[in-house]
Amino acid sequence: MTTHFLGDTVVLLGRSMRHITRSLDTIVTVTIMPIALMLLFVYVFGGAIDTGSERYVNYLLPGILLITIAMGISYTAFRLFTDMKSGIFERFQSMPIARSSVLWAHVLTSLVSNLISLVIVMLVALLMGFRSPAGVLAWLGVAGILMLFTLTVTWLAVIAGLSAKTTDGAGAFSYPIIFLPFISSAFVPTDTMPGPVRAFAEHQPVTSIVNTIRDLITQQPVSTDIWTALAWCFGVLVVAYALAMATYHRKIA
Amino acid sequence: MITIDPAIRIRGLEKSYQDVHVLRGVDFDVARGSIFALLGSNGAGKTTVVKTLSTLLKPDAGTATVDGFDVVSQPANVRESISLTGQFAAVDETLTGRENLVLVARLRHLEDVGRIADELLTRFHLAEAGGRAVSTYSGGMRRRLDIAMSLIGDPPVIFLDEPTTGLDPQSRVEVWNSVKDLAGRGTTVLLTTQYLDEAEQLAERIAILHEGRIVANGTLADLKRLLPPAQVEYVEKQPTLEDVFLAIIDNNNDIDHDIDHDSDHDSDSDTNGNGRTARVARAAGSDR
Repeated sequence: MTTHFLGDTVVLLGRSMRHITRSLDTIVTVTIMPIALMLLFVYVFGGAIDTGSERYVNYLLPGILLITIAMGISYTAFRLFTDMKSGIFERFQSMPIARSSVLWAHVLTSLVSNLISLVIVMLVALLMGFRSPAGVLAWLGVAGILMLFTLTVTWLAVIAGLSAKTTDGAGAFSYPIIFLPFISSAFVPTDTMPGPVRAFAEHQPVTSIVNTIRDLITQQPVSTDIWTALAWCFGVLVVAYALAMATYHRKIA
Repeated sequence: MITIDPAIRIRGLEKSYQDVHVLRGVDFDVARGSIFALLGSNGAGKTTVVKTLSTLLKPDAGTATVDGFDVVSQPANVRESISLTGQFAAVDETLTGRENLVLVARLRHLEDVGRIADELLTRFHLAEAGGRAVSTYSGGMRRRLDIAMSLIGDPPVIFLDEPTTGLDPQSRVEVWNSVKDLAGRGTTVLLTTQYLDEAEQLAERIAILHEGRIVANGTLADLKRLLPPAQVEYVEKQPTLEDVFLAIIDNNNDIDHDIDHDSDHDSDSDTNGNGRTARVARAAGSDR
């Protein structure tokens, strides 16, 4: 069975990538909200936000990228849920294929489609005046962290997609993840927040991830935030993966 | 007389969901190359039997072998031997019909997937629609594609779970023809249905699943013998709405002809010159 794992995963990845290229509206819906937020914050609120000497669009972009991913994975859950409901899932499970490739194909599709969305949002940011002095290595670091974050929340999406009872339920789990960047250092520096809010903001995963990405793209020395960020991502990833696999094996008996 | 193993053998199969005993000891065999119908009302456990046989569910007790392989201990071998057409058409709506077939052929690790897809499109009268997204297909086309996908790789055993539920009468006939064609090629077909006429039309053997057990199992003639002797009486047979519907939409046949002789398969339809009066065998006192 494992001999077919790679081949089967590639075939199934091709299938779900067709879903994305044929209904580009999913990419549009995913990117439109982060872009709208970016416009709103840069051109409406941004003038009143003091982030030091930096251009606000530079300050804001890391958080916007995380929101983009959070939007994107709700479609991952949705696609998985749709497969489960349509019966094609059972067809795959009753075929002589590597069973886990069904799940991995969705996970890889999530990575690829989020990458597309991220590139689109970045291009809009460039049009809005985003500039970065960072070199190739720093950008590779940014890409690595963004992909790790995507992978982590994708496995959360897999749990949601597998265990949801309704289409709405499958997508709703992503709302808290979409909301987390607002109570973090993504839009405003945390030191202006009142005590308890500030404590939450500074100790939740998004702040460390945002700070790390911001350091990398502004070519600042990366603080210890990177270790906190990696610990959060890997920690949640391991737990989410284990739970998703347990859910999957329960579903397919 | 039968020396080869049956394609499907089930013994003492039990399955419960929480407190509900869906299957309470199911036994039956399906001979190779035959069409076997599992008849039962909604919730009788037909789908549970099919899911167990196709390795999607594990039984609580009892054994089941498909093509000689145990469904619990050799699931990978079973999956090589079977194909499942579930209760809901398991097709990808976004892909075209042809892409759906190619997808399954790839997953079965076959060579020459394009040729396989084209042949099946032709055989199931979908050649013209092959390049269109499945979301534009009618229910009958979708079901035919679904069955075509199940045939890829020529699995010796095919499960069809309520293949015509929700289809219009015309599509039902199309699906029936596809199934008959299959058995003609030596494939073993286990189908579940809640329609008596479907079992009667297609199956060589019929088992009735009721309250988790097989309460009857035999050929149509066997099952008819279980009833008290038939009593002959004359009743006026009005065409059913289905007969009328099929007659009107069937352009190939003369409408009058169709209505008059539609009762062919109902019984030893007679010839007393009155087309509207057919002789039907009625079980007398079947409730006693």
